[in-house]
Amino acid sequence: MIKFYAHKTLQTADGKLPLDVSFSVEKGQFITIYGNSGAGKTTILRILAGLTDTEKSLVEVEGECWNNSEKRFVLPIQKRSVGFVFQDYALFPNLNVRENLAFALQKGNDKNMVNELLELMELQSLQNSKPQYLSGGQKQRVALARAIVRKPKILLLDEPLSALDDEMRFKLQDYILKAHQHYQLTTILVSHHLPEIFKLSDQVILLDKGKIIKEGTPAVVFSEEKISSKFKLTGEIIAIEKSDVIYIVSVLSGANIIKVIATEDEITDLKVGTKVMVASKAFNPMIQKIS
Amino acid sequence: MIDLEPLWLTAELALITTAILLVVSLPICYWLAFTKFKFKSVVEAIVSLPLVLPPSVLGFYLLVAFSPQNAFGEFLDQYFDVRLVFTFEGLIIASVIYSLPFMVHPIQAGLKNLPASLREASFTLGKSKFTTLIKILLPNIKPSILIGIVLTFAHTVGEFGVVLMIGGSIPDETRVASIAIYDEVQAMNYEAANLYAGILFVFTFLILLGVYLTNNTFSKANPLNND
Repeated sequence: MIKFYAHKTLQTADGKLPLDVSFSVEKGQFITIYGNSGAGKTTILRILAGLTDTEKSLVEVEGECWNNSEKRFVLPIQKRSVGFVFQDYALFPNLNVRENLAFALQKGNDKNMVNELLELMELQSLQNSKPQYLSGGQKQRVALARAIVRKPKILLLDEPLSALDDEMRFKLQDYILKAHQHYQLTTILVSHHLPEIFKLSDQVILLDKGKIIKEGTPAVVFSEEKISSKFKLTGEIIAIEKSDVIYIVSVLSGANIIKVIATEDEITDLKVGTKVMVASKAFNPMIQKIS
Repeated sequence: MIDLEPLWLTAELALITTAILLVVSLPICYWLAFTKFKFKSVVEAIVSLPLVLPPSVLGFYLLVAFSPQNAFGEFLDQYFDVRLVFTFEGLIIASVIYSLPFMVHPIQAGLKNLPASLREASFTLGKSKFTTLIKILLPNIKPSILIGIVLTFAHTVGEFGVVLMIGGSIPDETRVASIAIYDEVQAMNYEAANLYAGILFVFTFLILLGVYLTNNTFSKANPLNND
C-alpha cells in the first residue's frame, strides 16, 4: 500500500503551477498517470523516488515513512526500494548489458537475479554489448531489467515507450506486464498512449494542471458512461476536413485510421491532436472529446 | 653540456602537482557541478582567480603567508617543522594553487554535460555519491579528465612568476627549467638558454599533439557524442 500526498510549486512554461496531489495505491496494482504535458506527472514519480523535493509531503510505502514534511523527514534516494525507468533509459555507457544489471546488485543480493532477468527479457545474446550498439527497444528492455534487479517495492516507469514505434511498443508492453506479474510489483506508469493504458493498467489517475481530476479504471475514466453504445474505441484526431456542410474527422486508433462524419457543432472543441472516443449507437457513429 | 637538473626538477614538480590536483579536484568538481548552493559563484570565482591574477601577485601573497615571520609560516615552522619559502615543498603547494582551475574546469564541465539521469539512475539503484562518481561518472568523462591532466601538467611546466617569487633560484631545489632559462639569459649565456627553451618547446608541443590525437579517437568512440 502506497499513501502519497505532495504539494510543490512547479515552474512551467506558463508560469507557476501548484502541484497538489493525494492518492493511494494497493500493493500489486498497475497504475497509470495520464495527463497533458506539464501537468506534473513525472514530478510525482520523481517525488516518490526521492529525486525531487517538495514543499509539503507525506509519503508512506508499506508502512514505512518515505517523506514527512511535518517531521522534516526525507528518506534518502538510495534507501528507497524503487526501480526507476527513465525516459532516456539512462543506461551507463561505460558498462555492457550484463554489467549494467550487475551494477544494481546490493551486498547480499542473489547474483542469479541478473541471469534470471537476462533470460526473462530475452537479453542473453546481447549481454556483452555496450548500450550504444543497442536499438531503442533493446535499451528499453535493459533499463527495465536493471530497474527490477533489486526487487523493488515500486516500479516507476516514466513514459518508457514514447520513443518507440507501435510494433515495438506492443512487444514491450508485454515485457512490462510480464515483469509486473512475475515479480508482483506495484507499478506506476506515466503514459500518453490510450491503448497502452487500457492494456496495462488496473487504475488510472487523470491529472490536469497539478490536480487529480478523475480516478478509476480506464473504462470509467476515459468514457462517459451515459452513452449506451454498441462499440467504442479511443484514438487521436489526425485531420479534420470540411466537405460541403459536414466535416470528416480522421481518427487514429492503434494503427487504423477511422473516418467519422461530424457536424459543425460537434467539432467545435475538436482539433488535430485531441484524444477522442468514437462510439457507435444504433445508427451513426458519434465522436466525443475525452477529458 | 648543460645541467639537466632543472629539467628533471620541472618534470618532478609537474608530475607531483598534477597527481595531487587530480585527487584534490574531484570532490571540488563534483560539488561545483551539482550543488545548488546560493554562493556557488563566489567559490567558482576563487577557484578561477589564478587564471587572471598576475603570477607575481599570487607569488607575493604566498611568500608573505609562508614566511616564518608571519603567523601561518611560523605555525608551520614551529608545529610541523615545515618551511615552505625557497623549498621544493613550497613550490608544490604554490603550483597546486596556481594550476587548480586548469584541472577543475574541464572535469567540472565534463560532469555537468553528462545527462542528469545517469547520476539519478545510479542513486535509485542504491549507490552512494562516491560509488556513482568513481564507477559511473568518471569513466564517462575520460576525455575531460585527460584534458585536465595535460593542461595542469603543461601549465606547471610553464610556470615562472610564482616560482620565482616563492622559490627563487636555488640549484637542485627550486631552480626549475623556466627559471634556468631566465638565469642563463641574465648571464648572457644564450646557448644554454636556447637549449633549455628548445627542449621545453618541443616537449610541450609533443604533449599537446598527443592529447589532440587521443582525444579525436576518444570522441569518435564516445557513446555520448552524437556527432
